[in-house]
Amino acid sequence: MRNVRKMGLRRRLKRFMMNRMHNMITCRELEDFIQRYLAGELADKQRSKFEWHLRLCRECREYLAAYKRTQEITGALLAPATSPVPDNVPEDLVKAVLEARKH
Amino acid sequence: MVTDAQAEQLVRENIGWMLRLAERLLRDPELAKDATQEAFINAFVGLDTFEGRSSLKTWLHRITINASLGKLRQLKRLSEQSIDEYLPEFDLSDCRLELPWTHLASTQEIMESESLRARVNVGIDALPDSYRIVLQLRDIEGYDTREVAELLDISEANVKVRLHRARSALKKLLEPILRGEINS
Repeated sequence: MRNVRKMGLRRRLKRFMMNRMHNMITCRELEDFIQRYLAGELADKQRSKFEWHLRLCRECREYLAAYKRTQEITGALLAPATSPVPDNVPEDLVKAVLEARKH
Repeated sequence: MVTDAQAEQLVRENIGWMLRLAERLLRDPELAKDATQEAFINAFVGLDTFEGRSSLKTWLHRITINASLGKLRQLKRLSEQSIDEYLPEFDLSDCRLELPWTHLASTQEIMESESLRARVNVGIDALPDSYRIVLQLRDIEGYDTREVAELLDISEANVKVRLHRARSALKKLLEPILRGEINS
């Protein structure tokens, strides 16, 4: 009960800041900047707005951490190194390719 | 003109990695074999005009990607599909709706477990091809936004939007694993 009340208060405070503070972007606006932020493409002013929002917003901070972790896992799982080229060439396919070349 | 012996050498030296590339893109072994065969046929046709502006491997890489994308197009799997249900949610004040994260699994934790890796693969397969393929080309195969736009015949802006949506949707799909709700 106490946690729920605390969470409600925090959300209200964040909403208040997003409405009133000149430099505060909304979570939805932050969403549009994520790719450029991660690619290091944001101008200094935009980057500081992005990071200021992250400092104040638990939801976006945790979302971004999970988003980045997803990227790392996908990269690790799908990387060419995880599907090594077999030593033996697939003879049936080699034959099929060379046969198809003749036609 | 390529002799039979040269053709066989070219095939034997490159078929392994080309098949693996097609398998990564198509996630279907039989379809990948078809795409690899088609890639070689296209390579033989173009080999006489290959000018060596890129390495032979780079050239074959692109031909394999084009043949694989051709397969997806034939099956009408590249048309844009909705993934709205997996995208982030916001309230009326544009505040993000995100349950608190008490645990975030490490990459190592997941990669070390065969069953978790298999579950991540299920999540990746749940992405529509039109999004998965952008993620694959951009994040894994190392093509830049302009090149991906050319390969898929879409605008660079569309590549960026699809890439971000693909990453967001995948995060949502992998949440039970990332939150540690599914253990190895």
